[in-house]
Amino acid sequence: MKPPPFTYHAPTTVGEALGVLAELGPEGKVLAGGQSLIPLLNMRLAVPPHLVDINRIPELAYVRVDAGGVRVGALARHAELERHAGAYQAVPLLRQALQLVAHPVIRNRGTTVGSIVHADPAAEMPAVLALLGGTVELARKDRRRTVGAADFFLGPLESCLEPGELALAVHFPHLPGRTGTAFVELARRHGDYALAGLAAAVTLDEDLRVAHARAAYVGVAPVPLVVDLTDAVRGVSAAGERSWTLAGRLAQSEVQPEADIHATAEYRRHLVGVLTARALHQAAQRALPEPGPDRTETTP
Amino acid sequence: MTVPELHEITLRVNGVAYRTRVPARRLLSDCLRHDLGLTGTHVGCEHGVCGCCTVLVDGQPARSCLMFAVMAEGCEVTTVEGLAAPDGTLSAVQRAFAECHGLQCGFCTPGFLTVLTAFLTENPKPTEEEVVEAISGNLCRCTGYQNIVAAALRAAEILREERAEEIVAAGDGDGAEPERAREEAAE
Ligand SMILES: Cc1cc2nc3c(=O)[nH]c(=O)nc-3n(C[C@H](O)[C@H](O)[C@H](O)COP(=O)(O)OP(=O)(O)OC[C@H]3O[C@@H](n4cnc5c(N)ncnc54)[C@H](O)[C@@H]3O)c2cc1C
Ligand code: FES
Ligand code: FES
Repeated sequence: MKPPPFTYHAPTTVGEALGVLAELGPEGKVLAGGQSLIPLLNMRLAVPPHLVDINRIPELAYVRVDAGGVRVGALARHAELERHAGAYQAVPLLRQALQLVAHPVIRNRGTTVGSIVHADPAAEMPAVLALLGGTVELARKDRRRTVGAADFFLGPLESCLEPGELALAVHFPHLPGRTGTAFVELARRHGDYALAGLAAAVTLDEDLRVAHARAAYVGVAPVPLVVDLTDAVRGVSAAGERSWTLAGRLAQSEVQPEADIHATAEYRRHLVGVLTARALHQAAQRALPEPGPDRTETTP
Repeated sequence: MTVPELHEITLRVNGVAYRTRVPARRLLSDCLRHDLGLTGTHVGCEHGVCGCCTVLVDGQPARSCLMFAVMAEGCEVTTVEGLAAPDGTLSAVQRAFAECHGLQCGFCTPGFLTVLTAFLTENPKPTEEEVVEAISGNLCRCTGYQNIVAAALRAAEILREERAEEIVAAGDGDGAEPERAREEAAE
């Protein structure tokens, strides 16, 4: 359980990193938080000859809230994004999801960009990016490109990142008004990868009835699977306790879960139904206008 | 295969600077244990699951089996050896573990102690639920979680009492402070 030998590079600027990555081509691998890559090395499931450590590039360590949403640099840790008050206000789904990513200690080092590039179909942040229709900014020595979530994830642990490319940042756009979100999953233990789960967004119309509902699933497809569930719940009153099971059934017909040591495909399909109903209900509740602020509670 | 090159690094651990030469693939956990002789940091799984190897890196808990020693150059690392005072007086968290029987075989203990030391600095008055969340990434093979949770809550209490005493001893402020501090500690 020791990592294989490799040559270590520690650039201090993005320009330097892109230079090294261009030279190394397919021989080089980026090392960010190391919370997925180092276990793979320790188990000898990956044997890259060169690692390019980006932890000494301070210009990549940022979380910025802009008019369109939240931009997260490649060196921003999960924990930093989770605590960021502005990011939570702009895109509440970020914190809702991050609380389910591994354990607090792993979140101290793991990066949100690294998690997205790693493209684990059971991971939360790729699903968040997919649900929101976010983008990934990629840079190579001679070219920059921005890729939408729908084109970014190609398969299990496979993104469209090419040899020599560095992911600089991801952008999570914010959602329209009267939209609520939720992340609901079932894991064997809190902090473990989910057996199945989803990020959901519900938008209400002026009468506070469902106008639009969609979800992105983890653990039940090779990539984060986005499903439009509007047809099953259009017009449902968000305030009412009405059952959301119809949406659950629609989702069940869309997913292609696989069996593994932890759960059968049938059980995962069952979970999709139950969790979908739960997540949509929660998201719809959060889309309701907040009751007026309590005057006595306001701080000067 | 070529002989891997060695990196000359300076690691600051528990306030002491150590100079050593390591291959890039040396895990921080192995560097602490084998190169620096600080065997208080324990290694269980080496893939981030058990939490035994947790140390503080710049005050934040991190898995030392998921960091290379070269990555820790320039960081302030605190291991379980660094939690007690220089004269050997155990820290509040360590004392609470002894008091509440949070120690069984002790293999997982260094990880729990480091995680809780950082956690109680951030959250001095945690609920039981928050403690459970804070230690959710640490496995105890002796499965004595009940006493570990009790120890964490007791440690929070000791720390609040100590803080109250410090304020009383300092004796400055508007005069009402010691009273308030004592009340808070008692809650
Ligand atoms: C015990 C444990 C439990 C976990 N549980 C969960 C969980 O429940 N949910 C979850 O989502 N995750 C979980 N994780 C993974 C964790 O969230 C990682 O933080 C994340 O997957 C990877 O981020 P990282 O920064 O550590 O990336 P690294 O491990 O450094 O890299 C991962 C991959 O991405 C590439 N990469 C990283 N950054 C870049 C970049 N900027 N440009 C190009 N390539 C890049 C690397 O080359 C590598 O292939 C868990 C990890 C552990 C150890
Ligand atoms: S040895 Fe590092 S987490 Fe288990
Ligand atoms: S005390 Fe034995 S492993 Fe926890």
